[in-house]
Amino acid sequence: MSEDILAPVLEVDNLHKWFDVSKPPLQRLIERLPRQTLKAVDGVSFRIERGTTFALVGESGCGKSTVAQAVAGLHKPTRGAILFEGIDRDLPRPDGSRPELQMIFQDPFASLNPRWRVRDIIAEPLRVHRLTRSRAETRAAVAELLEQVRLSPADGEKYPHEFSGGQRQRISIARALANKPKFLVCDEPTSALDVSVQAQILNLMKRLQRELGLTYLLISHNLAVIYHMADELGVMYLGRLVETGPAREIFNRPRHPYTQLLLDTIPDISLDRPHRTFLKGEVPSPIAPPPGCTFHPRCPHANDRCRTEPPRLESFGGVKVACHAVGEGRIVPAVREWRPAARRTPVRRVSPVARPA
Amino acid sequence: MQRDQQPRSDAAAPPILEVRNLVVAFHGLAGTLRALDDVSFSIAPGEILGVVGESGAGKSLTGAAVIGLLERPGRIDGGEILLAGRRIDNLPHAQMRKVRGREIGAIFQDPLTSLNPLLTVGEQLTETIATHLALSAKAARARAVELLAEVGIPAPANRIDDYPHHFSGGMRQRVVIALALCANPKLVIADEPTTALDVSVQAQILELIRRLGREHGTAVMLITHDMGVIAETADRVAVMYAGRVAEIGPTREIIETPHHPYTVGLMGSVPVIGEDAEDLVQIDGSMPRLNAIPPGCAFNPRCGEVMGRCLSQRPGLMPAGRSQAACWLMDTVTGDAA
Repeated sequence: MSEDILAPVLEVDNLHKWFDVSKPPLQRLIERLPRQTLKAVDGVSFRIERGTTFALVGESGCGKSTVAQAVAGLHKPTRGAILFEGIDRDLPRPDGSRPELQMIFQDPFASLNPRWRVRDIIAEPLRVHRLTRSRAETRAAVAELLEQVRLSPADGEKYPHEFSGGQRQRISIARALANKPKFLVCDEPTSALDVSVQAQILNLMKRLQRELGLTYLLISHNLAVIYHMADELGVMYLGRLVETGPAREIFNRPRHPYTQLLLDTIPDISLDRPHRTFLKGEVPSPIAPPPGCTFHPRCPHANDRCRTEPPRLESFGGVKVACHAVGEGRIVPAVREWRPAARRTPVRRVSPVARPA
Repeated sequence: MQRDQQPRSDAAAPPILEVRNLVVAFHGLAGTLRALDDVSFSIAPGEILGVVGESGAGKSLTGAAVIGLLERPGRIDGGEILLAGRRIDNLPHAQMRKVRGREIGAIFQDPLTSLNPLLTVGEQLTETIATHLALSAKAARARAVELLAEVGIPAPANRIDDYPHHFSGGMRQRVVIALALCANPKLVIADEPTTALDVSVQAQILELIRRLGREHGTAVMLITHDMGVIAETADRVAVMYAGRVAEIGPTREIIETPHHPYTVGLMGSVPVIGEDAEDLVQIDGSMPRLNAIPPGCAFNPRCGEVMGRCLSQRPGLMPAGRSQAACWLMDTVTGDAA
């Protein structure tokens, strides 16, 4: 039991996920095409400590969702290991238990069965895993879950279409919490929601983390959401981690040129942001990534070594960075002073206290 | 990359677009739903007006009403829309078709569905140019190449005969912008133009939109739910709630000193890098459905500062600092509020 507490909840070791995207064999034969492999995730390692939030950020196609899906067990890794509480997540456990892990998806309109009542949606994991012994017990458990996400037990009788996007995401969270997981994989949980609703869901996620001691793997392209939620951060580019470490450290002293440019490029409501350089160009196709460091075509610091030799993650003061320029001392950490104070002087404030709707 | 804080536009110049007391309603068997209720705003030459609000607040509907693309059973039930001083809301269908494309350009969210997959980019551009401008086929093609270069497509003379699927998402959105600019419109309506794009591409497209106002004096109505996009692009912002304008004013004022309790809550709910708060400001509840808009101020069930008159009397836009807010808290005339 003591080992159980010491081990990180999740350890991802050298994860690879490659997809075969070749044309059909006959067409390949006739047109003499080679096989093609999409290296969606190409050697990613990280660990998540109990009760913390690890966030993955990157532009589309960087592989962040594939990592999330592999962790959730929706993809089998091509190579590498995913250890949940020190045990490979795909191996049978001695006591027959399963990893206590659930997933919240981006689109609350597509992830709930429209023909089922909410109480049945939430009760499904209880039924499948035989966690309750009687109907009355199931009903009580569903009511408790609904209250945990600030919905009323009476809402269980309704169908998903009767709820707004934010309420539906609450239902998804209630369903994810049904079999008392320790770990939640959250893939863009608020990207489909309006900002005011996003705030409700983020507040709920933080409260649940405090109360239930949950551990989160959070996938998002929104850096402000990540700043608000994450303890540790991994920045991904074309299937690899380019920088990883404590989130505050990366936001305040980004080292990798991609991280620096990404932080500059993101639109933010802080109005005073001088000396910004924008990220130029677009993400190259992951089917034919550039040789060497895959970021070199867009990098202002690239030299011949960057164009031929892929960099490895190396430690720099608590943060790991994969960049030759950082390793050789050609670039220094960029100090970012975020000044959000400007907007902190509203004339009046809406009370953050919960009021009945 | 600091945006100049002075409004670029000439405040004295007559507005390009003026919307006065616009009412859009949907007439159905179950009754009439007012989707836009007494919406008024104007956009000056070269100015970018950001329109923000939650889904269902009426942002896109306002854009659709201006370009005359309301879908049945929605229709304009009151008010006026003036383009450069001329009424366009009551134009016959055929005349409105000429205004659209020629004087008003539109950019929508998804660049793939805005382009015809069966025609080359050049064919689509020259068709639009030929429809609106009296140019020979050769001159139209030259103009199309010029437009593609202007929106930043590399080697436009080579790319003009490519099909939309040959372009990446960001490049496709550039093509859509080129299409919107074919006839040098006075007004461009951009409805969530960067929502489907990556941040690096988004920054490039926003720069392109800013250039429209700067270099061509085009007025832009930028509809988005992303406060960051508004902060970096718009000169003024209109905040919409339940089909009404809750607050309108200069971008800096709206973000730094919002006046309407809804705007205050909305701005507080945006997570900001560098701000260490355990919880975000949360506006509980959700926006009312169109068939359940409460009497008086539409925000009253969720408002922390609701007063007696908010429940029965609807507030109009009143001066509030450098902005205008539709809130009785701003009422200094009758003296009901402090």
